[in-house]
Amino acid sequence: MSLPEFWFLLIAVLFTGYFVLEGFDYGVGMLMPILGRGSEVRKRVVLNTIGPVWDGNEVWLLTAGGAMFAAFPEWYASLFSGFYLALLLILVGLIARACAIEWRSKINDDKWRVWCDIGIGLGSWIPALAWGLAFANIVRGVKLDAHRQIGGNLLDLLNPYALLGGLTTLLLFMLHGALFIALKTGNEVRDAAQALIRKLFVPTAVVVAAFGVWTQLAYGKGWTWIPLVLAVAGLLIAGFAATQGRDGWAFTGTALTIVGATALLFGSLFPNVLPSTIDAAFSLTVDGRAGTVSASSTHYTLVVMSWVAVAMVPVVLIYQGWTYWVFRQRLTVEQIPAPIGLPLESAPKV
Amino acid sequence: MSVVDLARWQFGITTVYHFIFVPLTIGLAPLVAGMQTAWVITGKEHWYRLTKFFGKLFLINFALGVATGIVQEFQFGMSWSEYSRFVGDVFGAPLAMEALVAFFLESTFLGLWIFGWTRLPKKVHLATIWLVAIGVNASAYFIVAANSFMQHPVGAEYNPNTKRAELTSIWELITNNTTLAAFPHVVAGAFLTSGTFVAGIAGWWMVRKVRAGRKASDTAPVEEARTMWRPAARMGLYVVLVAAVALVFTGDIQGKLMFKQQPMKMASAESLCHTETDPDFSVLTIGTHNNCDSVNHLIEVPGVLPYLAEGKFSDVTLAGVKDLQLTYNEKYGVGDYRPNLFVTYWSFRAMIGFLAGSILLALAGFWVTRRGRVPDQKWFSWLSLIAIVTPFLGNISGWIFTEMGRQPWVVAPNPTGDQHIRMTVQQGVSGVTAGTIVTSLIVFTLLYGLLAVAWFYLMRRYVVAGPEDPAPTDNGPRMTGDAVAKLSFAY
Repeated sequence: MSLPEFWFLLIAVLFTGYFVLEGFDYGVGMLMPILGRGSEVRKRVVLNTIGPVWDGNEVWLLTAGGAMFAAFPEWYASLFSGFYLALLLILVGLIARACAIEWRSKINDDKWRVWCDIGIGLGSWIPALAWGLAFANIVRGVKLDAHRQIGGNLLDLLNPYALLGGLTTLLLFMLHGALFIALKTGNEVRDAAQALIRKLFVPTAVVVAAFGVWTQLAYGKGWTWIPLVLAVAGLLIAGFAATQGRDGWAFTGTALTIVGATALLFGSLFPNVLPSTIDAAFSLTVDGRAGTVSASSTHYTLVVMSWVAVAMVPVVLIYQGWTYWVFRQRLTVEQIPAPIGLPLESAPKV
Repeated sequence: MSVVDLARWQFGITTVYHFIFVPLTIGLAPLVAGMQTAWVITGKEHWYRLTKFFGKLFLINFALGVATGIVQEFQFGMSWSEYSRFVGDVFGAPLAMEALVAFFLESTFLGLWIFGWTRLPKKVHLATIWLVAIGVNASAYFIVAANSFMQHPVGAEYNPNTKRAELTSIWELITNNTTLAAFPHVVAGAFLTSGTFVAGIAGWWMVRKVRAGRKASDTAPVEEARTMWRPAARMGLYVVLVAAVALVFTGDIQGKLMFKQQPMKMASAESLCHTETDPDFSVLTIGTHNNCDSVNHLIEVPGVLPYLAEGKFSDVTLAGVKDLQLTYNEKYGVGDYRPNLFVTYWSFRAMIGFLAGSILLALAGFWVTRRGRVPDQKWFSWLSLIAIVTPFLGNISGWIFTEMGRQPWVVAPNPTGDQHIRMTVQQGVSGVTAGTIVTSLIVFTLLYGLLAVAWFYLMRRYVVAGPEDPAPTDNGPRMTGDAVAKLSFAY
């Protein structure tokens, strides 16, 4: 494997980590008002399943972005300037979510919490939909011209294949989040999550399978049948385990589906990183093979970054894994302390 | 406005906004860690209460620092894609390292610190906040190294085939003399910010408690002022003193480097239009600064400028803006190579001037708390509050000076480096429409404005509310196993 190929793999791994970990965060954010309807304490149980870990999970995105910049600057530059307004939407969601999660409990007032819940909602629904939309468009190809600029507008991103991709990540992350909540909570919240999983499972399975098969038939390679089969198998495991009340296996199932789906997308994309629909010669590829444009950094940069990644990624995995271990036990409504926020009023006179 | 102007405004607004919250995070994390260490070692309850109190303020602030930081990670590609192509091979490395080494560390261990009060053994829990403190400072190192490449590119060479800067030595990049001077300066600024913040709040509470106790003829509040707020205030004041000395010292080193490496920046900081030998240091000028000849130098101090530039008091010849402009025209082709003289002149003075706020607080604070005294003077509580704002303004002014003094370059040519590694902002901007950037500019400005109001409301609310009394369980035994007990913290 050449270094650019290794870095393509590593970026795929970073995005896989991001989708597996933030997938359930977005799911939790989307389901908080649904599973906690009418009960503030149940809402807090749901939100606190990701309490200690959501911030660390989000760093996977920043690292994937930084790795794209370092290893494939052409990819980073073309993609993010080309998808400008779509990325702006995601950023608005993520900004709102970060502040809303951290600030929600600071003021003990219903109106304040409504605003924070809107922020958490924006920051969960938008990226859950947008990442599928974005990656489907990347695999499908964009109007990349000879000057490495992406033409077209925001509406070009809304083609049927990409919309199905967006719906896929939306439903998959929601199911993944519901399974995570079922795994991390006890009593009534767990029951509510399991009831929701039963309703959510079939539509999700149908959409994921449809998007997977479309991707495989239109853009796939011989070997990408394997991740597609893994993705579908993961869903079946999740569905079966969920009916048996085996929350851990069920959650592992959707995690496997996300790994498979991400591998399918990146596998279909390779060796391109940004295919051009105008002319294949304008396509950005990992190393400029067959007369295309190379997106890669120099050999030296890739060597340096490889050493850093090889040293740091295992360390990160160990301490993040330990964090999950520390907070492993199930949450129940009984464990949620009374709100400690200050009342919503102007500060007392100085 | 052109696309490049809009993109500059956007990057400026989002970065300045980010850097309101960042220095407080960088400086406050080690101070909170220090308070918690004091509690773990001495077992004194007031250190526990201070840790919790300043910890809350730290978290309110941290959220906004994280949220605005996400934007920065992607903005290079969004608005400055040609720049990203040109330097990505070099510039991407410190950014990716920052995420791998620092962002993961701080975000993961902060989660453990927030939720781990009754979950982790006391000393492990203490270690988590120290790792957060290390993480936030490490991230500053990498991002300052990236920025320093734009100011003084080293460790790279130009490849004419790919038309981009290519990394040749990571070691040279991360030991760039600009980085080695800028990083301690930034960290010292952050410690000044947090030291002033802690001292200011504790100073205000000290006076408030003493007066409240006297009014109600109650000794308890006066006792709290003496045992809790006085040590906290003095801790902040010591940090301010050390940070102020470090700022002056590192600032001087940085200035000397700039005279060598970015002479145009320093010439415009002084509104020095013509090349002179032993020019005087300008304190006050009037006139339309962007027209060199209309500037009237009103107050000047001799000897200072030669010392700032080269460490001696005479026989120093410094190039003026006009002559540098001619030289650059010859070297890099016809163009305007002058930064905005008004902004560079005044931001430089503002950066230095705002240091007075913290120093004044330190002098007054040490005086009124001398030999065990607890102050009750109203003027001191006002000084404490006002001083809190000044380091923020100083930090902002300093970055505006650094970044706007580099104009028109986005990568300033290194006088002793590869002359092909240079790029103007005009060349670095993305090929997107003005409408796109206007949209994002409006969205970011409104969203950020709204969040700033909420941030200020929360900070003020929590400062005025003061620390809670320690709950009995907090100091008690740690929770073990799967016992059903209330969480020590839940969102």
